[in-house]
Amino acid sequence: MGLKGFILRKVVAACLTIIAIVCVNFVIFRMAPGDPVRMMFRDPRVSAEKLEEMKQTFGLDKPLSGQFVAYVKGLTRGDLGQSFSHRRPVLEVIAAKIPATLLLVVTALVFAILLGVALGALSGWKSGTKLDTFILTASLTMYSIPTFALGIILLLVFAYHIAIFPLGGMATPASLFEGAELVWDVLWHLCLPALSIVIWYIGEYVLLTRSAMIDVMGQEYITTAYSKGLKKFRILKNHALRNALLPVVTITGVNLGFAVAGVIEAETVFSWPGVGRLVYDAVSHRDYPLLQGVFLLFAFSVVLANLVIDLIYGYIDPRIKVSG
Amino acid sequence: MNQFTNKLEKMKIFFKLLFSHRMGLAGFGVISLFVFMAMFASFLGTVDPARTGAVESILQAPSSSFWFGTDDLARDIWSQTIFGSRISLTVGFVAALITVVSGTLVGLIAGFYGKIVEEVLMRIVDFFMMLPELPLMIVLAAVLGPSMWNIILVVSLVSWPTTARVVRSQVLSLKERPFVEASRCIGAGNIRLMFGEILPNVVPLMFAQAVIMITEAIYAEAVLSFLGLGDPTSISWGMMLHYAFESGVIARTMWWVIPPIMSIVALIVSFSLLGTAISDVLEPGYKEKKGF
Repeated sequence: MGLKGFILRKVVAACLTIIAIVCVNFVIFRMAPGDPVRMMFRDPRVSAEKLEEMKQTFGLDKPLSGQFVAYVKGLTRGDLGQSFSHRRPVLEVIAAKIPATLLLVVTALVFAILLGVALGALSGWKSGTKLDTFILTASLTMYSIPTFALGIILLLVFAYHIAIFPLGGMATPASLFEGAELVWDVLWHLCLPALSIVIWYIGEYVLLTRSAMIDVMGQEYITTAYSKGLKKFRILKNHALRNALLPVVTITGVNLGFAVAGVIEAETVFSWPGVGRLVYDAVSHRDYPLLQGVFLLFAFSVVLANLVIDLIYGYIDPRIKVSG
Repeated sequence: MNQFTNKLEKMKIFFKLLFSHRMGLAGFGVISLFVFMAMFASFLGTVDPARTGAVESILQAPSSSFWFGTDDLARDIWSQTIFGSRISLTVGFVAALITVVSGTLVGLIAGFYGKIVEEVLMRIVDFFMMLPELPLMIVLAAVLGPSMWNIILVVSLVSWPTTARVVRSQVLSLKERPFVEASRCIGAGNIRLMFGEILPNVVPLMFAQAVIMITEAIYAEAVLSFLGLGDPTSISWGMMLHYAFESGVIARTMWWVIPPIMSIVALIVSFSLLGTAISDVLEPGYKEKKGF
């Protein structure tokens, strides 16, 4: 089968998953109680004829199968419907929020992976010592604190009581900053929301790298490296860590699903104007089309990210090529 | 009878090991405290947590009449904190029970029958595991409407696949063991093999999974309530934070925010400590190392 077959299988699986997500998305929102047109026009003065007319405009008078076809057709054109609360196309509303979310996620991920892998490798290398126990306990605790709870604590301590960071948002309102000043302003706003995600994330990477490291340390080639008289640090870097990183790569893809959770929580607490905050707004306005759109976006990105990770894995793991 | 005493002896050893594990003991202790709080909530100096008070007792700092202060509707925060443990624990235990039972059933059937049955079931599991959990839960909770039972339903719907996958891989190795073969030889049917021979050997794994699921369910309830999808008729810790956050006075009312946050964190941390301890104890060779 080899590498080509492997890639083909992964791509087909991802496509099937996306089709299934589209179907699930359609079904869930048809389960919603209440009349969507009534939801959109809550004003009781809107007459019954007008509502009927609106139903026809949105195609809600057609049978379910017809609605499904229309929905899929719309999707292929990038039409996700109209947002109730923003009164604009859903796609437009979401697209405007994506850059802010990307900035937050990428910053948080990079810091979490670097720190988490370093601490995890250290912990696994020194396994059984006091340092290891300390890192392990700290990670377990950090991993267990919900991001939104941590976010509220950070907000209260560092934004209200010590007041060294802003209360929320992405830039100082009405500041008219430009160039470097604007960059600093955004970075300053980025600190707390990113930190609340990073702290949760580090725990995950520490635990993972540590157990992978302990696994690798028991292998015979590590003993061989020792008996060759190599320096400790060199063994750690070239022999142990390099192999321990394989599972870390895989889990990064799986983790993106969880990263989405952290983003929704942190953005809500810190009013970060991204896609996660949009979820909160959509929920409080019961804006189903927007919620549906954001869910599709999250689901698609997780599937795509996993596909990319799988393909990278296919390249770096020699066994996949050999087994073909 | 002999088999029964044997099981009892095994249980005894298990709990002895668990309580000699530092993390296990700490986790169990804190959880017991919360269970006590939930059971005797009415006797702990509480009033109805949803009862609003007089205007002059709005947003009072902790005092002798309001131990933990009051919120923006003059509701007693001590009572809300105590009664909140009922919701968290109920959601945790019920959702974990549903999740583990349904996940185990799917895993057992998939692993035992193999072939096309396994293929179909595991593809469904893979699909569910691919979906981002929190957004799916938010969407379902928003569509189904705010109630505690809906939250339980949503959490169970989203989390059973993990258990199914873990149980299946265990069943795959168990069904090749000689004792299953032996049982088949003396004429045991599929049902008997699955539930009489294989299932009892999966029970420790189910136990470990249940603790993980409780943690996740408590976390999920807190997040969903915080986002405003909680049950407005029963105030949970997540709901308290939601109200505090929406009130706009969160900065000046530390007493309103600290109790629910500490409770959520304490309960989740102790369940994950207990979970870690249980998986340590169930690890092959641990018993022997401790001299049993």
